[in-house]
Amino acid sequence: MISDARTAGGVMIEQTVSQDAEESYGETFAMETERMDAYYGNFRAVKDVTLSFRDRRITALIGPSGCGKSTLLRTLNRMNDLVPTARVEGEVRFHGQNIYADSVDPVELRRRVGMVFQKPNPFPKSIYQNVAWGARINGMKDDLEGLVERSLRQAALWDEVKDKLDESGYSLSGGQQQRLCIARAIAVKPEIILMDEPTSALDPVATLRIEELIQDLKVNYTIIIVTHNMQQAARASDYTVFLNMDQDRAGYLVEAGATSMLFTRPAKIETEDYITGRFG
Amino acid sequence: MTPLPPDVSGEAPDLFTTSPYMRRRRRRGAVVKFALLLALMTAVAALVTLIITVINGSFGLAAVENAKPPSELAASLGHPEGTELESLGKEDLVTLLEAEISTNLGRRFERERRFFDDRLVFEDPYVLNDLCMSGEPPPACSLSARSREDVYGLVVERVVDPTIVGTWSFFDSVFNRGEIEADAALEHPGAELIFRSWISWDFIRNPQSPEPAVAGIRTALFGSMWVVLITLVFSFPVGVGAAIYLEEYARENRLNSIIQTNINNLAGVPSIIYGMLGLAIFVRTLEVITSGSFLGGGGGATANGRTIISAGFTLGLLILPLIIINAQEAIRAVPGSLRQAGMALGSTKWQTVRAHVLPNALPGILTGTILAVARALGETAPLVVVGASTFITTDPTGPFSKFTVLPIQIFQWTSRPQDEFRNIAAAAIVVLLVLLLTLNAAAVILRNRYSRRAV
Repeated sequence: MISDARTAGGVMIEQTVSQDAEESYGETFAMETERMDAYYGNFRAVKDVTLSFRDRRITALIGPSGCGKSTLLRTLNRMNDLVPTARVEGEVRFHGQNIYADSVDPVELRRRVGMVFQKPNPFPKSIYQNVAWGARINGMKDDLEGLVERSLRQAALWDEVKDKLDESGYSLSGGQQQRLCIARAIAVKPEIILMDEPTSALDPVATLRIEELIQDLKVNYTIIIVTHNMQQAARASDYTVFLNMDQDRAGYLVEAGATSMLFTRPAKIETEDYITGRFG
Repeated sequence: MTPLPPDVSGEAPDLFTTSPYMRRRRRRGAVVKFALLLALMTAVAALVTLIITVINGSFGLAAVENAKPPSELAASLGHPEGTELESLGKEDLVTLLEAEISTNLGRRFERERRFFDDRLVFEDPYVLNDLCMSGEPPPACSLSARSREDVYGLVVERVVDPTIVGTWSFFDSVFNRGEIEADAALEHPGAELIFRSWISWDFIRNPQSPEPAVAGIRTALFGSMWVVLITLVFSFPVGVGAAIYLEEYARENRLNSIIQTNINNLAGVPSIIYGMLGLAIFVRTLEVITSGSFLGGGGGATANGRTIISAGFTLGLLILPLIIINAQEAIRAVPGSLRQAGMALGSTKWQTVRAHVLPNALPGILTGTILAVARALGETAPLVVVGASTFITTDPTGPFSKFTVLPIQIFQWTSRPQDEFRNIAAAAIVVLLVLLLTLNAAAVILRNRYSRRAV
């Protein structure tokens, strides 16, 4: 299968896949869903999704608007709990544990499964406070300054902001704000980072920087990214999940696999139609 | 249905003449615009009338009859003709008092407070000495001597003894001065015509008095401050707390939507009804607490439950819905993305609310609270029911005192038959308006300052 990818895929995909084979990560799963349904009231937004997300890999969720990509993403760290009518059936497993079990504390889950949003949403506080706050409320009070610096370095923002840590997070450009949000997410030491169309509000240059950053981050974090942009999924992800919606507007899983495979040899005709731009 | 009129086909559009249809549209627009302008003018006219009326009463000529003309008094001490009484020194003023008032009255004043530190004017040194050694020494034993202003006040009050025999409004005074002078000379031959501002420092500093010339609003001002303070202490934490719960914690169910609807309705309930509620609960049922008698204080016995604390809580109930609604709106205006960002970092609900929602909602909450307090400051009806005292000359000493407030004072003065009371009522209205405008301005400044800082 890998050789297939090499003949058909682009250079970048080839590289990603070849790296896969050499590393020990990617063999285990960071998170799994099993026959999961997500509802808003009576409306079923996601239907019967069984999926595995590989550890320290980038998985992209693609699909037409309204197919439940974001909903699926938000069920993974129970951010959907904040919507009063939302509920989930089936299982979502993290370290083999169903995160919807009664004994699970969603607050601790969200610390370990962080999130970056579509629109950059820094707190209206200083850059330093933006990064330090999450760590502080989670009780990581030792060497906050070091933590802030490390987080900003990992988010490739340190050099740009090291002299103005006391300035408002709003003083940064859109792309910088989004990297600040990534630094903020990193600072609480999560295992998984969920990204909900993190570049859709950014210009192409800022988008590219974020994509590069995501590549750097996968050494340490499992990344699941929702994207509208198929080129982005092809460029920046190791695995791709394609969702579509049925006539009841419920999202269902069409196909999931290595990005190189999915974009070159989709197993389903639906996938091919979508990635070649015939609908969606 | 009639078909749409066809476009002018083939012809070049004529942009320089208006079609009758276009003229009709424009005319309709102009009529509406004029009606709107008329509405605005009505509102402005009402406001201007209000201000003019108040100003008209607050300043104006007054005919004052003096028992002893001040110029004669100065001359009687050998000062040259035309010397003002006000320019005299303390020595001269005391001499005047000595000459004009009875020794008994002088002694009374001297026992209240001595005229000089080094000598006595009316009192026998031995008598005062004995008094000071007795069980209940008069205040003079411990206080320092009276100031010159103090003595001057006594001379004016006791010797000159001015009585206002007639007053005229501001516009009359300015435009019909000649006529007024002629009138005054005819009707009050001994009177002096002076232009008087009814608002003055003395007016603000003096306590209530049956004599309009010296009556002031100090008692009412202190009463208002106390009542508003209690109102705020009660309704701010309760109101903001309720708003936080409703916005951040309450689930969307029938009970909560009933509660929400009722809060909105309560904001429109006539204030007199809150007065009835306050009377029933705070004044009657909780009398033991609101009269202060549970503390064993004797002062409460006379006021029963009709105290500052009852009034404060009544007004607190009155503005509670306003504070809740305003705070809810401020909290709702905080973008949801901030809450999500906070929650996604593994914070508890309260941590997110405390660190992100409240700081961002605070300017709005404070603005709403200030406006609600301004409303409380101007309320009259519920306090009439709760039992504000209409005539009270002593400053409130604490939450269990009897009280009066500015609007009640104004109401009481306007219902007096004498003209002069209407003048001081107008003056008190000016003070109340200034207070309210200050509060509103503070709200506006606060809002502007923070809305600039937020983004």
